[in-house]
Amino acid sequence: MATKPTGSGSHHTLSVLVENKAGVLTRIASLFSRRAYNIYSLAVAPTEDDRFSRLTVVVDVESAPLEQFTKQLFKLINVIKITELPPEVAVERELVMITVKAPAERRSEVIDVVEIFEAKVLNVGHDAITISLEGHPTKVDDFAALLEPYGITDLQRTGRIALPKLERAAGKPLRSVKAG
Amino acid sequence: MSTTGSPAVGEKIDGGRALIRSLELEGVEVIFGLPGGAILPVYDPILDSSIRHILVRHEQGAGHMAEGYAHATGKPGVAMVTSGPGATNIVTPLCDAFMDSIPMVVITGQVPYAAIGSDAFQECDITGITLSVTKHNFLVTDAEDIPRTIREAFHIATTGRPGPVLVDIPKDIVDPMNPRSAMEWYWPETVDLPGYKPTTKGHPRMVKAAAEMITQAERPVIYAGGGILKARAAEALLALAEQTGIPVVTTLMARGAFPDDHELCLGMPGMHGNYTAVTAMQEADLLIALGSRFDDRVTGKLDGFAPDAKIIHVDIDPAELGKVRKPDVPIVGDCRLVIEEVVKAIDALGGTDAQADRTPWRSTLSGYQERFPLTYQQSEGGDGLKPQFVLEQIRDNTPEDTIVASGVGQHQMWTSQYWRFNHPYTWVNSGGLGTMGFSIPAAIGAKVGRPDRMVWSIDGDGCFQMTAQELVTAAAERIPIKVAILNNAYLGMVRQWQEMFYEERYSEVYLSPDLPDYVKWAEAMGCVGFRVESPEEVLPTIEKANSINDRPVVIDFRTDSMEKVYPMVPSGKTNSEIVVDPAHGEGGH
Repeated sequence: MATKPTGSGSHHTLSVLVENKAGVLTRIASLFSRRAYNIYSLAVAPTEDDRFSRLTVVVDVESAPLEQFTKQLFKLINVIKITELPPEVAVERELVMITVKAPAERRSEVIDVVEIFEAKVLNVGHDAITISLEGHPTKVDDFAALLEPYGITDLQRTGRIALPKLERAAGKPLRSVKAG
Repeated sequence: MSTTGSPAVGEKIDGGRALIRSLELEGVEVIFGLPGGAILPVYDPILDSSIRHILVRHEQGAGHMAEGYAHATGKPGVAMVTSGPGATNIVTPLCDAFMDSIPMVVITGQVPYAAIGSDAFQECDITGITLSVTKHNFLVTDAEDIPRTIREAFHIATTGRPGPVLVDIPKDIVDPMNPRSAMEWYWPETVDLPGYKPTTKGHPRMVKAAAEMITQAERPVIYAGGGILKARAAEALLALAEQTGIPVVTTLMARGAFPDDHELCLGMPGMHGNYTAVTAMQEADLLIALGSRFDDRVTGKLDGFAPDAKIIHVDIDPAELGKVRKPDVPIVGDCRLVIEEVVKAIDALGGTDAQADRTPWRSTLSGYQERFPLTYQQSEGGDGLKPQFVLEQIRDNTPEDTIVASGVGQHQMWTSQYWRFNHPYTWVNSGGLGTMGFSIPAAIGAKVGRPDRMVWSIDGDGCFQMTAQELVTAAAERIPIKVAILNNAYLGMVRQWQEMFYEERYSEVYLSPDLPDYVKWAEAMGCVGFRVESPEEVLPTIEKANSINDRPVVIDFRTDSMEKVYPMVPSGKTNSEIVVDPAHGEGGH
């Protein structure tokens, strides 16, 4: 479950600024469906300015070239700006919650993994615990993979969110996808 | 502006009157529509408005009429229908307008805002349904948003790449009996759409690169698409072609954008294009794509399309550049502005005198034109009236600026092939979506927009049966269109494919020549009806039709049911495998 590595070659992260209006997410979802584009993850919430929301979309460009993807997306009236965020110029985070089987005799092993990853135990039951981890999506992948053998019963990832890295003297310039 | 006198900012007004006033301020002359429960309050102020309302018999008719009006005038077509089935009936025209980039604004009634989501009578999520077939749509939730939304809707529909916009309006905000309809009048001078800024001016570096590539090309072809007409760029195109001596193909959507009688005109390319137009593109070293989109019906099998050609692609929609074929010189911009800049840039390089020697190229092409003209054989008298003969007779016996609207199928291809389009905006058809039944309502819309022009609908018998009821609208509203049914008693294009590709196994394509009786049907709808069965009756009947101007005329031309459209690039084949006609066989040579 959701263990295909994120950040694999066909995945690209787009940060999309949209008007915070009713139905915008539906428009975007409808476009993906209409053009047969595959998306890997989608996270959306209002920005610091409540007129706008920011979406972080991880797209699978095996389904369509990235350029077509961004150009079609940019045609939506409510889409204001699209920035491609390649991993080298972005800071990326994701949150995951995992419920994993942890009967008394194996619980300490599971807790070891939790501690190594600096994850948090959110809830403890007789035979299972629920854990949360915030980190880079690849760290989330690794964490989920290490817990897999214990028996994951539920897993919810938020999808990747990303912002551009701040410029430093040695930093690479940001690559902005201008679609129109 | 007669709804309520001259508008005063801050005046107390209800949403319904504000809607009609907004449409008046957008310059709307005519609304094609049909009332119903949810849109009822808006129909009351229409009685006092300067806007003409044309009552259709089916909402699909309203949509296609609005499209026909837009095709013929360049102005946005407007349709208004009620919620639920009224709205769903107009989805086909919306999709049609979306595919062919037709500016259109559709107003739909909606159940009261508080009832949305309750499965109320005639409730339908029309904004949800039409998301993927509109350029944009709106669900207006408050009366005070109506003027701003109408302003934005027209702006979006008519700028950039034009397209249909739907505005869904709940009943309570337009009903003067409901307090939610109360608002203060205003009219926004500008629109505020932060995510919508179409690029119209071409990038100067790209324009220069295009000019250089054009000047050096030895076998160039201008591949003109519907975007030329949308951008009002026919004159600019003529200037470019004449400056450079480069031949022009006009796609199905661009017929009329370049005069067919011009020596540089090669006519229509594509699946049923003529040999020279198709082959010129195949053999070109440069395709100058202007407002065209490398549609599959033009390219044939893509990996064999124009194999040696470099591509200059000009389009106002950036997403078209590289969607199908990667351009060497992409230019985002308005076709008219970009072509004008390219013409200047070519002048700077020396203009006409600096062009590469294209004499061999033009002589190759004129050789093709001589060897492979469009052909058909009309026998003298008797049976077997050929549809092409009928078309030529109508063409040669009507004013040159006659507007022609077709449906979809064989008759559409024959019309595009055999008509001589010498003026822009004289050809109205459904290219992208291929909507059967388009012709009658589209012709009505075109005639409403251009009452000074003669308007002929060239229809098939299959198409006619889909939307013929709108002739009642035309008769009632005194809209005197002429309709030629090329009645071959079949769903002809499907019959042709079954003959050619399904071993003559004809499945569900026979319609009968006389069921229905088209003449009686025409008369029942308030039209004049004629029947023509032999070649010698064709001309006198056309002349009779041309002389009738107080009602629509329908002519039932009984044509040869076995006639096929040629040339043809069979589906899945490359354009080099064009079949000119059965006598020439595969390959056309």
